[in-house]
Amino acid sequence: MITGAQALVQALEREGCEVIFGYPGVAICPFYDALTASPIRHILVRQEQNAGHAASGYARIRHKAGVCCATSGPGATNLITALATAYMDSIPLVAITGQVSRDMLGRDVFQEVDITGATEPFTKHSYLIKDANDIPRVVQEAFYIAQTGRPGPVLIDVPVDVQMEECQTPEPPKHVHIRGYKPTVTGHAAQVKRTLEAISEAERPLICAGGGVLLANAQPELVEFAEKTQIPVVTTMMGIGAIAPNHPLALGMIGNYGSTRANEVLLKADLLILIGARVGDRAVRNPDVLYQKAKIVHIDVDPAEIGKNMGTHIPIVGDIHTVLNQLLSLTEPLTHTQWLEEIASIPKPYPPALCHKDGFLNPKALLPQIFARLAPNAIVVADVGQNQIWAANAYNLAQGRFLTSGGLGTMGYSLPAAMGAKAAAPKRQVVCICGDGSFQMMLNELATARQNDLDIKIIVMRNDCLGLVREYQKRFYAGNFTAVHLHALPHIQTIGLAYGIPAFLLSEQEQVEPVLEKFLQTTGSAILEIIIRPDESSR
Amino acid sequence: MKHTLSVLVENQSGVLSRIAGLFSRRGYNIESLNVGATEDPTISRMTIVVNGDDAIIEQVEKQLNKLINVIKVKSIAPAELINRELILVKVSAGHKERGEISNITQIMGAHIIDISRATLTVEFCNTPEQIAILLSLLRPYNIRETIRTGTVAIEQGSTTIK
Repeated sequence: MITGAQALVQALEREGCEVIFGYPGVAICPFYDALTASPIRHILVRQEQNAGHAASGYARIRHKAGVCCATSGPGATNLITALATAYMDSIPLVAITGQVSRDMLGRDVFQEVDITGATEPFTKHSYLIKDANDIPRVVQEAFYIAQTGRPGPVLIDVPVDVQMEECQTPEPPKHVHIRGYKPTVTGHAAQVKRTLEAISEAERPLICAGGGVLLANAQPELVEFAEKTQIPVVTTMMGIGAIAPNHPLALGMIGNYGSTRANEVLLKADLLILIGARVGDRAVRNPDVLYQKAKIVHIDVDPAEIGKNMGTHIPIVGDIHTVLNQLLSLTEPLTHTQWLEEIASIPKPYPPALCHKDGFLNPKALLPQIFARLAPNAIVVADVGQNQIWAANAYNLAQGRFLTSGGLGTMGYSLPAAMGAKAAAPKRQVVCICGDGSFQMMLNELATARQNDLDIKIIVMRNDCLGLVREYQKRFYAGNFTAVHLHALPHIQTIGLAYGIPAFLLSEQEQVEPVLEKFLQTTGSAILEIIIRPDESSR
Repeated sequence: MKHTLSVLVENQSGVLSRIAGLFSRRGYNIESLNVGATEDPTISRMTIVVNGDDAIIEQVEKQLNKLINVIKVKSIAPAELINRELILVKVSAGHKERGEISNITQIMGAHIIDISRATLTVEFCNTPEQIAILLSLLRPYNIRETIRTGTVAIEQGSTTIK
């Protein structure tokens, strides 16, 4: 006989869990007690939300569910933003929360909250375990649900007495069987054939790659397919890195904040092949216009995404990796010389100068210079706001990864997600890009990075205001700037000193070379504060 | 446009809340929802009548299918549909009205199941259309209270949902 907590730890080990990001409390103490006997590493964050974001960063790099845990009540509710963030970006997470004991449920006792109820709209599934004997099966199902089909967060709520209860140690079944859950893997052969016919008939075909390509780890297949058919590729923000940005067929990011060229090409295409992209409102503002102009092929693992935001002529439901292989095995090499020449003739924007006339550095020119100094396989984690838009458009690493909260747009995502990414790939360079607003939402996690020797290079774009909101107020509220000023910003160099993390300041063009050199050469984490103009534009 | 969906779900706590939450969250319009046990004690069956165009109904079906506890969703075409609803109506009836109301219920195939000095309670199980007729006939007598179960539906012929 073992306790429920021990069964929980064993079940996590069986799923290959290597690290848990979490924060303890009374209702999860039996689990923490059992965890000490396990090789699973625990990283103590400084607020539960960041445990969820760290698990998200880990999951995206490690290609398996990230695990986070929190206690009942406020611990669990603090996880909510991270769960919603992961849900919107389809990131596989398993979140474990402590709960008050079964006989107290529903009585509003200390630190009780209905967390399965509260998270129902943005978890893929959730469990409230009422019998410790269910633990092996539930954990196995949770990982299976989180990691298969369209990935997403799964929450397991475990009352404290269930954790302490003695239980049998049955091996979970060899194969997961859930009556109501059978994700489609292989694309329908007839639709694959129709797609190939549409490709052969098209004169101006275009691939739009979304985050689904990266979730399916299908980047090589996507590139091979694009090369074989000579179809150019635009990406959504979540799809950045699906094809190397410097690949001759890569045309950059579409959307409100994407490149003019990518958006222009999107409107010229006569065949649009959406791959793992949900046609979010920020990526495609007028889906109906595109639907009228071009034939739409939509490939997605989630059937509900097809036809949700945009009409579709040829739907293919399946795992992107599998479907791309199906397409690859049947397609003949093609050429689209005229179309590619037409795209090449679209004038490229003139690269901006590194410095504005008033002496302020231009982040749109500076970021490419920073990226040029990073390892080709570095992981860049952007926060939300102008910094995200600058970083997304400047990102050009050949084998790197670009992580950001694309769907929910959660400020304070970057540092904790970068910690998770670093824990998943300790040998890769990890760079976090944020603004002075987002930095202040997550600076408590500097201690976590320091405590756990997670080497993260943190770039803070300092403009003393919430730049994107300010820009929005300028455009749509006649410049009535309100609640966007971050005056009384703490002295970032001193913050670094306080946390034992070296911090560097960059404000002038002449310093770029030496300061970047020192910043990137620092052993362990470092902060780079870059002073930019408060009215810097996002594009 | 009304659509009738038959939905098989795991008979577990929390399932109804997931489904209700899905409808309210995504702004789908439920006309009626009925849930009950099936021949398999681990499975419950819901009949959901939804208002919406074809695109909305397609999304409703797909979103329902995404719920892990939903085993099967089937939209029943109007031509294949057998649907019934049970209604109880308490209607004002003094001794003068009793005869007329009794006449109406008899013609409609309804039953009077309770009587008091001032009221009659009528039970009627039929299609929503027939129920609408009965209600329109009873309305002049002052309907004091109605309660209805919501539609349950099954397909014609030997076809089953499984």
